[in-house]
Amino acid sequence: MINLAGRDILNGWGKFLFTGIGLGLLIGVTLSMAGIYRGLVDDGRVLLSNGGADLWVVQRNTLGPYAEPSNVRDDAYRALLGVKGVAEAGNVTYLTMQIEDQGKDVRVMLVGFQPGHPGEPGYLVAGRPITRSHYEAIADIKTGFRLGQRIRIRRHEYTVVGLTRRMVSSGGDPMVFVPLRDAQEVQFLKDNDALVNERARSAANPAFNRPAVPGLLEAVQASQASSRTVNVVMLRLAPHADEAIVASDIRRWKHLEAYTRADMDEILVAKLIATSAKQIFMFLVILAIVSAAIVAFIIYTMTLNKVREIAVLKLIGARNRTISAMILQQALGLGAIGFIVGKTAATLWAPIFPKYVLLLPGDAVLGALLVLVICALASIVAIRAALRVDPATAIGG
Amino acid sequence: MAAAIEISGLTKRYGVGDAAVDALKGVDMVVQPGEVVGLIGPSGSGKSTLLKCLGAVIEPTSGRMALAGEAIYDNGWRVSDLRALRRDRIGFVFQAPHLIPFLDVTDNVALLPMLAGMANTRARARAREMLAALDVGHRAQARVEQLSGGEQQRVAIARALVNQPPIILADEPTAPLDSERALAVVRILNEMAQRFSTAIIVVTHDEKIIPTFRRIYHIRDGRTYEEAGEGRAA
Repeated sequence: MINLAGRDILNGWGKFLFTGIGLGLLIGVTLSMAGIYRGLVDDGRVLLSNGGADLWVVQRNTLGPYAEPSNVRDDAYRALLGVKGVAEAGNVTYLTMQIEDQGKDVRVMLVGFQPGHPGEPGYLVAGRPITRSHYEAIADIKTGFRLGQRIRIRRHEYTVVGLTRRMVSSGGDPMVFVPLRDAQEVQFLKDNDALVNERARSAANPAFNRPAVPGLLEAVQASQASSRTVNVVMLRLAPHADEAIVASDIRRWKHLEAYTRADMDEILVAKLIATSAKQIFMFLVILAIVSAAIVAFIIYTMTLNKVREIAVLKLIGARNRTISAMILQQALGLGAIGFIVGKTAATLWAPIFPKYVLLLPGDAVLGALLVLVICALASIVAIRAALRVDPATAIGG
Repeated sequence: MAAAIEISGLTKRYGVGDAAVDALKGVDMVVQPGEVVGLIGPSGSGKSTLLKCLGAVIEPTSGRMALAGEAIYDNGWRVSDLRALRRDRIGFVFQAPHLIPFLDVTDNVALLPMLAGMANTRARARAREMLAALDVGHRAQARVEQLSGGEQQRVAIARALVNQPPIILADEPTAPLDSERALAVVRILNEMAQRFSTAIIVVTHDEKIIPTFRRIYHIRDGRTYEEAGEGRAA
């Protein structure tokens, strides 16, 4: 038996192909949305794994450095190193801010870390690690900064000495790593006017400026101008140490919150990006419905354009299943073209998205199956219309 | 030899009660194998209804129809698969050729035997034979839109004949053609009827071809009247 669907497609291949391309671009957008969601999750997981930490210690009753503000004294790491099972500790600060680059603002997450300790960038793709105590930076390549470039962060200029990749915040902002002290100054130190104002307020406060206690006012003012807090202390555990037990000990004895990797994964994926995920899921659902409606409309229109041929086919004895198969095969063919175009488009335009778009092969397979199912369902309307065509219409009268 | 088609007392009523319309009021008709008869009547006389009943597209209300001696309708269908009946035992030629535009000429003709379950190669070979018999063998690979109106109608006749049915129903087959081509189509129908012993009923208004029929059935107000005579045929 001749493949009627194939012959019809070949007869009007241009129209069919352009329709498939149009549908494919829509499918490409749908696949990209799924890729953006996967990218969000993957960014979060890369963020956790690149820091090299096993435990994240944060201010009590907070969800940690990525989901909620957290302040921990920067000498807490000494006490944490004393906890059984802790091998290494590193203070880390996080601050989302704008950095000016050649007249344009670049939104980044500024990370303060201690070189050689947990929290440093996982790897470099160019340049070298930070070797000086101040004013050197390592930037994610998504910032657009170049090696040797000098960037201004608040009061000081920093030289970009290294470039890294896939180091972004849960919001997708690329990271800039600077020495911890510099980051603390950026994050916690007030500007000059605020300091002068604060000093004046302290001097006018009789509780701090007691004539009988020399040196008290200076000590208070010095503490106001210093920054002794960090957002998180990252811990690397000794081999065979049980992270749950270590976390429990820290909660009990150090009055701090400790999260394991699984906890942080849960916070990032289930809490922090949950709203974004729902938003993307809604888009996916809407796009799937729109795609189904478009396929249904296209196949329905194509079928209505063939009413006379269908009537003739029925009159000369074609069975309903022959006609249904023709329409179904065309719908599936349209879906197949659409998927190939959509997958290709999504792959090609993924790198130009500002956020990481992760297109997983499994998602592509699932997407292909969904497209085919949607096309098959969408063809039902057209098949019903075709089966209602009266063969007598071919005779006329 | 049994008549190719034999109809007696065929009626068709549309609607019920006061709104009922009797389109056919007891049609009688006999057409022998190899015979080409005309079916003529004004608009609304019941021509199309009779054609649809004969073509097993609509069900008559009462009466009897037999194809090659076998009753297909006797106050109810006597065959279970009307599609197979239309495919294997009735050929159709329409006013417009109604060829399938996405199939080439050969496959338009071969489609019927393929639908009947014949292998593609055999069906195409038979289609080419039929196209050659109708002098359009040289257009076998052409696309439908590349054919002239006359060629398209010949291909349509080849399609109607390819399963060698006992009867072909032709609905105004010459309407879009000029006199010369219309007469050529009628000549072909006569030749094919003789060659394949197929009875052909031609519904027509076309004054040019009416004189060519040896026998004519007039249909008026749902009844048929036969007109025949030795001197009728051209």
